[in-house]
Amino acid sequence: MAKHKIQVTVNGAARESEVESRLLLVHFLREVLRLTGTHIGCDTTHCGACTVLLDGVPVKSCTVLAVQADGRQVMTVEGLEQGGKLDPIQVGFTQEHGLQCGYCTPGMLMTSYALLRSNSSPSEGQIRQAISGNLCRCTGYVNIVKSVQHAAAAMAAPAK
Amino acid sequence: MIPGPFDYHSPKTLSEAIGLLSRYPDDAKVLSGGQSLLPLLKLRLGAAGHLVDIGRIPGLEYIKEDGGFLKIGGRTKEAALEASDLVHKKYPILADTAAVIADPLVRNLATVGGNLAHGDPANDHPATMLALGASVVATGPRGERTIPIDKFFTGLFSTALAPDEILTEIRIPTPPARSGGAYAKLERKVGDFATAAAAVQLTLGAGGEVARAGIALTNAGPTPVEATAAEKYLQGKKPDAAAIAEAAKLAAQAAQPEADRRGTVEYKRDMARVLTARALTRAVERAKGA
Repeated sequence: MAKHKIQVTVNGAARESEVESRLLLVHFLREVLRLTGTHIGCDTTHCGACTVLLDGVPVKSCTVLAVQADGRQVMTVEGLEQGGKLDPIQVGFTQEHGLQCGYCTPGMLMTSYALLRSNSSPSEGQIRQAISGNLCRCTGYVNIVKSVQHAAAAMAAPAK
Repeated sequence: MIPGPFDYHSPKTLSEAIGLLSRYPDDAKVLSGGQSLLPLLKLRLGAAGHLVDIGRIPGLEYIKEDGGFLKIGGRTKEAALEASDLVHKKYPILADTAAVIADPLVRNLATVGGNLAHGDPANDHPATMLALGASVVATGPRGERTIPIDKFFTGLFSTALAPDEILTEIRIPTPPARSGGAYAKLERKVGDFATAAAAVQLTLGAGGEVARAGIALTNAGPTPVEATAAEKYLQGKKPDAAAIAEAAKLAAQAAQPEADRRGTVEYKRDMARVLTARALTRAVERAKGA
């Protein structure tokens, strides 16, 4: 079957590869680029563990072909930390105990990161709505909501 | 899970895409948002030798009023419907529907045209488009043709689209004054298909009587079900509580659901009744501007 040359900008860096048509974006990230922060959970478009940003929009990378990402921007959980400094959303999850087993966390972080870029002070309802495609079986979501609120507050506070 | 092997094509124009579909009439599938097609291929419930990705063809994503219709480009994303002020103000049934399709991440990729062209009676737009009296534009090698939505769904996962046609536009008649619509869905959890769901679009006459009613059900048979007996019953009647209850009963009689993990036939049919009544009540409120 035909292979395709693709160029995808992943976390700001241009990455080139030759991929089979049927290669899924999540497998491209994990197995070709060895960016294993993005998790595969259900593999059936339900759980959201594999969420990444495609041109800034959160999508389930188990349900996108790698070739569809050709010429586009992908951001994974590895792209959150900048210069050794955690993103406010990562700080929120650590401060508010937003994870237990951690399996859903990369997806939760990416969805929440995108939410805070489109809505800097979401209500609890808006947060719950935004993460309704990301399943967590540990926390009951209470601390995840608090983590997002923590990040929103930190981002709204004037820089020290 | 990994799909079976296929070739991937990324045409830059509609005519190039149609050319590819014509070249592989028995073996090509159109890839739009991919949120139904890719899971199907991954689970190996379906197979295709060629995927024709329409994602890079310009001009297929829009929501606009033009010539007495709301025109929605075939590749318009569900998230765009949700975000549209025009949809919220004048076509609230579509905003109701978009908000309960799958989950927000899926809606960032899933498209309105794909939701229809997939031909799945468990999808949500088929019923809303039936209630709205919509039509779809199919573009193929012989040009465009318009298909009324009540002639579009021909069977389970089957539509009136020819193998070399692409669903390029959905046309919804602009509702007259005193119109309202609503979509009511019962789902076990976010992202699930409907246990039962009802779509209602109606227009009231000057005296408050029903001038036109469109009522359709999701996941109530091999194709989306238009509740024609309920529509006819309401015609010319004041939509009071008694009339709504009777119309809901008639709609439930049109439902032919199958028993599965979501419930028994009896339960689903009764839920179709309850949801039709809720959607009717909300549609009447909206038609009255409440």
